[in-house]
Amino acid sequence: MTGAKWRWGFLDLVVIVFALIPVLWIASLSFKTPATITDGDFIPREWTLENYRNIFNTDQFVRALVNSIGIGLISTLVAVVLGTMAAYAIARLDFPGKKLLIGISLLIAMFPQVSLVSPLFEIERSIGLFDTWPGLILPYITFGLPLAIYTLSAFFRQIPWDLEKAAKMDGATQGEAFRRVIAPLAAPGVFTTAILVFIFCWNDFLFAISLTSTERSRTVPAALSFFQGASQFEDPTGAISAAAVIITIPIILFVLFFQRRIVSGLTSGAVKG
Amino acid sequence: MTAETATEKPTTHSVRAQRKAKARISEGKRQERKLGWLLCAPAAFVMIAVTAYPILYSVWLSFQRFDLKFPDQREFIGLGNYATVLTNEYWWTAFGITTLITVVTVAVELVLGMALAWIMFRTLVGRGLVRTAALIPYGIVTVVAAFSWKFAWTPDTGYLGNLFGEGAPLTERASSLAIIMLAEIWKTTPFMALLLMAGLALVPEDLLKAASMDGATGWQRFTKVMLPVMKPAILVALLFRTLDAFRVFDNIYVLTGGANNTSSVSMLAYNNLIRGLNLGIGSTMSVLIFIAVAIIAFIFVKLFGTAAPGSDEGGRR
Repeated sequence: MTGAKWRWGFLDLVVIVFALIPVLWIASLSFKTPATITDGDFIPREWTLENYRNIFNTDQFVRALVNSIGIGLISTLVAVVLGTMAAYAIARLDFPGKKLLIGISLLIAMFPQVSLVSPLFEIERSIGLFDTWPGLILPYITFGLPLAIYTLSAFFRQIPWDLEKAAKMDGATQGEAFRRVIAPLAAPGVFTTAILVFIFCWNDFLFAISLTSTERSRTVPAALSFFQGASQFEDPTGAISAAAVIITIPIILFVLFFQRRIVSGLTSGAVKG
Repeated sequence: MTAETATEKPTTHSVRAQRKAKARISEGKRQERKLGWLLCAPAAFVMIAVTAYPILYSVWLSFQRFDLKFPDQREFIGLGNYATVLTNEYWWTAFGITTLITVVTVAVELVLGMALAWIMFRTLVGRGLVRTAALIPYGIVTVVAAFSWKFAWTPDTGYLGNLFGEGAPLTERASSLAIIMLAEIWKTTPFMALLLMAGLALVPEDLLKAASMDGATGWQRFTKVMLPVMKPAILVALLFRTLDAFRVFDNIYVLTGGANNTSSVSMLAYNNLIRGLNLGIGSTMSVLIFIAVAIIAFIFVKLFGTAAPGSDEGGRR
C-alpha cells in the first residue's frame, strides 16, 4: 500500500510542479533588480520590492487596477442576479420557451467573441459607450450569463425544495421560508457562480483592448500590453511581472479557499447542463 | 422556435403528462408560466441584445467598403469584401495556423487532461492539494501566463531562453508556434481535466470491479468500460475546448504579436479592425469566423445526438 502511495505522491508532485512553474517564474522576475533581471536564474540573486513600488507610483497601473476591480464586480453582480432569476425559473418552473433559453445560453457560451468586436466597436463609438465602463460591462454580462445560468441551475436542482413546503406547514410565511430555509441552501451555489463569473471578467483581454483606448476604462490585462519602463530605454519586464503578480493574487486566494466549490461548480454545470 | 420546442416535447416527456397538461391549464399553471417568462426575460434580453443585433450589424457592415481612414469612400459593394478576404493568402495562412493550433492543442489536452483527471480523481494522497494546484492555470489571467512564457523563452532573461542553443525561439515561425501551443495547453488542460473528471465520477465502481474479476486488463477496462460511460463528458469537453481553441488570441498577441506568420484568424480580424481601422474587412472576417465556429458546433452536435448539453435536463428525473 505504501508503494502505491509513493507512486501517487510522485504523480501529484509532477502536476503541482507543472501547474506552478510559470507562476513562480513571473513572481521571481518581479522580485529581481534591474541589474539581475536578465541573468536567467530561476531564483533571484538579489531581492527587491522596487518593481512593486514603481508600478504603484504610476497612474497607468493604479487606474487599470481600479477599472479591473470595478468593472469585474459590477458585471459579476448583474450577471449573477439576472442568472439567478433565470436559473430558478429553469430549475423550478415549467414554462414553454425554457429549452429555447437553454439553447441561447449554450450558443452564447460557444460564440466567437472576436465576431462581436467589430460591430461592438462601431456601435459603441456611435452611442458614446466606447472606452467607458458600461462599454465593457455589457459584453462581460452577456458572456458571464450563460456560465451563471448553467452553474446555478445545476446547483438549484440539488436543493431539496420540499423543505420550503415543510417550513410553511410549520407556520412559516413564504418570506420566512425563503429566508430561513432556501436562501442558506442556495447561497453557496450563488457565491461559487459569482467567483467563476468574476474570474471570466478579470481574465478578458480581447474586449478590453478592442473597446478601450485610454486609461479611463482600460483593465489590467490590456494595460499590461502597453506597459513601458519608467523611461523609454528602461526594460519593462520587471514592471510587467510585478503587475502580473498583483492581478494573480485574487485568483490564488479564490483557488486556495474555494477549491472544492470551484471544482463542483465547473463540473456540475458542464455535465448536467 | 417556440412552436418547434412545443412539438418536440412529446418525444422527451411522457405523452400522458402532455395530455394531462392539455386537459386543464389551470390558473396556477398560467401563473407559473408567467413567472417563468418574467424571471428569464432580463437575461434573455441582454444576451440577445448584445449578440444577435451586433452580429446582424456585422453582416451589414461586411457588405460595405468601410475604412475609417477614408470614411467618404463608404459604399455598398455586395460580396466584394468576401472575395477580397477569401482570395487573400494571409487569411488562408491564418486559417491554417488556427486549425493547426486547434487540432494539436485539443488532441494533446485530451490525453493530458484524461491523465490529470485520473490523478485528481483517484490519488490516494493530497487530493485537495492537487486539485488546488490544477485550478491555478485555469484561473490565472491568460495574458499573465503568456508574459511568463514569453520571458521564459527570451534569450538571457529566461530560464528556457538558451535551452536550444543560440537564437531566440520567439523570432522563428516553427518554434513560436510550438511555444504558443505550449502556453495554450498549459492554460487549458486543467479545464479539460475537470470536465473529464465529471465523466469519471459517473463510471460505476461495481462495473469496474466486475470487469476486473472477469480478467479484463487495465487498458481493456479503460476502453471497454470507462470510455463508453464517459462519452458524453468527453464530447462536451471536446466541443468546448475546440471552439475555445479556435478563438485563440491572447497568447498569440502577447507571445508574437502575429509576427513571422503566426497570426490566428482572431488576431488577423483584430489587426484589420483596430490597427487597420478597416471595418468592412474586419466585419467580413468576423462573419467568416462566426460561420466556421457554427460549422464546428454543428458537426459536434450531430455527433452528440441526444447527449447534447441542454437537450434534456437529466437532473429533473
